[in-house]
Amino acid sequence: MAPEPPLLSMSGITKSFPGVRALDGVDLDVQAGEVHCLLGQNGAGKSTLIKVLAGAHQPDDGTIRWRGEAVTLRSPIAAMRLGIATIYQELDLVEHLSVAENVHLGHEPTAAGFVVRRKSAKASTAQLLKRLGHPEIDPARLVGELSAAQQQIVSMARALSHDVRLIVMDEPSAALDPDEVDNLFRIVGDLTADGVAVVYISHRLEEIRRIGDRVTVLKDGRAVAGGLPAKSTPTREVVALMTGRNVEYVFPDRPAAPAQGEPLLEVRQLARDGEFEAFDLSVRPGEIVGLAGLVGSGRSEILETIYGARKPSSGQVLVDGRPLKPGSVRAAVRAGLGLAPEERKAQALLMLESVTRNVSVSSMSRFSRGGWIDRGAELGAARAATRELSLRPDNPSVPVRTLSGGNQQKAVLARWLLRGCRVLLLDEPTRGVDVGARAELYAVVRRLADEGLAVLLVSSEVPEVLGLADRVLVLREGRVVHTAPARELDEHRVLDLVMEGSPAS
Amino acid sequence: MTQPVSPPRGSTDKVPPVGQLPAWRGLMARADVRTLSLLGVLAALVVIGGITKPDEFLDTRNLQLVLTQASVIGVVTVGMTFVITSGGIDLSVGAIVALASVWATTVATQEYGFGGILFTSVLVGLGCGLVNGLLIAYGGMVPFIATLAMLASARGLALQITDGKTQIVTVDGILDLGERDAYILGIPPLVLVFAVVTIIGWLILNRTTFGRRTVAVGGNAEAARLAGIDVRRQRLYLYLLSGLCCGIAAFLLIILSGSGQNTNGNLYELDAIAAAIIGGTLLSGGRGTIVGSVLGVLIFTTITNIFALNNLQSDVQQIAKGAIIVAAVLVQRRTASTT
Repeated sequence: MAPEPPLLSMSGITKSFPGVRALDGVDLDVQAGEVHCLLGQNGAGKSTLIKVLAGAHQPDDGTIRWRGEAVTLRSPIAAMRLGIATIYQELDLVEHLSVAENVHLGHEPTAAGFVVRRKSAKASTAQLLKRLGHPEIDPARLVGELSAAQQQIVSMARALSHDVRLIVMDEPSAALDPDEVDNLFRIVGDLTADGVAVVYISHRLEEIRRIGDRVTVLKDGRAVAGGLPAKSTPTREVVALMTGRNVEYVFPDRPAAPAQGEPLLEVRQLARDGEFEAFDLSVRPGEIVGLAGLVGSGRSEILETIYGARKPSSGQVLVDGRPLKPGSVRAAVRAGLGLAPEERKAQALLMLESVTRNVSVSSMSRFSRGGWIDRGAELGAARAATRELSLRPDNPSVPVRTLSGGNQQKAVLARWLLRGCRVLLLDEPTRGVDVGARAELYAVVRRLADEGLAVLLVSSEVPEVLGLADRVLVLREGRVVHTAPARELDEHRVLDLVMEGSPAS
Repeated sequence: MTQPVSPPRGSTDKVPPVGQLPAWRGLMARADVRTLSLLGVLAALVVIGGITKPDEFLDTRNLQLVLTQASVIGVVTVGMTFVITSGGIDLSVGAIVALASVWATTVATQEYGFGGILFTSVLVGLGCGLVNGLLIAYGGMVPFIATLAMLASARGLALQITDGKTQIVTVDGILDLGERDAYILGIPPLVLVFAVVTIIGWLILNRTTFGRRTVAVGGNAEAARLAGIDVRRQRLYLYLLSGLCCGIAAFLLIILSGSGQNTNGNLYELDAIAAAIIGGTLLSGGRGTIVGSVLGVLIFTTITNIFALNNLQSDVQQIAKGAIIVAAVLVQRRTASTT
């Protein structure tokens, strides 16, 4: 037993949601006065973990110790009473209330038990804002009138208005300008000097090097590394942990001869202001082209713009040499495009419906006459499409929400297969898919390409792009920085390209 | 129970395979629990009515009356069910019924006779639905606000047309339809219209691409859009459909009352929403049931009838309605969390 137990010690935290295990036995130790960084890709389990810590989610299993004592965080209020405050990425402020009212929301200083002492609330708020280096924010102003950076300061003031021992900050720098980030780091420094612990979540490795003490890396709901030294662990090692080299992926063989023929999908000087710069791209039938890049590099935006879900600022998308009407999903679908979006549940699936109806939704005219659906034909077509992809269970009448992540993805692919789509856009196709099911999904994608589809694949997992794609475009901050056949690239080269600009490893 | 008993040879062949239940149990499994419980409530109400007022409640004329009263609001509810299933709401149905009923009964319209009245009712309903649909689908307005504005304007216009006076219908063909002579096999024509609208509504929702698109838009509009469905056009059609149902209901009301009044259809929006919700249609969209909605309408109309027969005031009726809505939603939440 160490003489001084850690401030916070979470061990074996497990949390499942229907169809997905978000946390699978995660450990996290936080010492008083340290900045503990939490790293991981989207979907790695970071937000679930901090919601457990904030008392917003109840873990299925595992223990939480606070100053050495086992505790149960039944509600956000329970966590707050212990001294745990969370500053979420989407700030949870009430826009139509003043700064002071927001800071003291739920624990207003009162006279006679219910009359809010507005003066005292304002005074203490002003003091907190001064401590945070923003005395210019007027406690009487409405929060909705403030800038994003100022709102964040208010959120922090709210955390500090409690007797706080640990602050969780979820991507606090995402909305900030560089000089505001400096101020944020100064605040973090002041807090830790007072013995407050900070759990800091960010995608930006250079920030973690500047202010972090230790790093815990999450991947697929597990802590793949805990308590690494933040300043001395090589970047490459951290990224490798995030992108997950601990699993050996099995990729299908590429065809012997490179794909021939005219490009099926062509992108010419496509650009969207503030998201990605003009680039060219072409995909032939039978070819898989991959886009590699970190979160925020513009990958998903590119796919959605090609698909017509976002309107481009300039440029063209051509299918079979014919330009598509920009910003029209229907035109894209009619021309033979199909998208398997990043957020399957929010963007692709009808969660209340059966697999059949999810598969048939894009090709209802195929088995209907005059709007009248031939349900037998529909079921038969859905069964054929899902069988071709070996979707389990082999019963398309079951509700789609009962399927595993991998099989839900297959249902989305079956939708486009049934539609007879010729260009498949895959956005993070294996997110939320079990490791075992991935190889099968890769094989399916390759087989679809072999059958003549053009596939454009986006993934933040570099090995996935390198292993599955024939050609790779590397993206950094909305710019295509490199294009090469996948055979000529290796993971280190790609990581160097996507990470360029952050402190060298 | 000490030793496992091995079955005699060949007996396993006789065990029916899982999934092949006797016909009636298969039927029970198909009809969902909610529909059955609604039928149970309705049956219980009939029993209560039969016990408290045996002679009056079970009288054929009374049952015909109950069904006739259910017909007007029932047609409106079928349209409302579509709108709610798509994740929308239509607060203007009562006002549209009022406007359509007075527009169709002005002296000028009545000159065109039966056809003029029918045509005008339907056209006014469609026109209001078109405005709702355009505002919501292409104007980006929230359904609640757009249809609230329609409620206010349509009521106002109806008052302007009538100047608050009741417009008596003098066209013979119309009034005859409400007479007993017009009953077909003892069923009032109004009830037949309601039945036809219900059947067509059920078929559209459950058997056509239009119904599928409605459910998809309500279940996940973004997914529907990315799947290639024209979500805006679908929304426009849905409010048109609701307007059409209001127009038909207005025509039924003209037959029933022999007049057009600007106070017609008062609070129909609340009755229709309540009937759809207790029927099992999700207010958040993505799931809708025509059968449930119709049962909801029948339950409410039967309660009103029983209370009236027992000389209970309408305030008591309203309280009972409120309690039923709360109970139905609580039951729904129960079943939703267990499935």
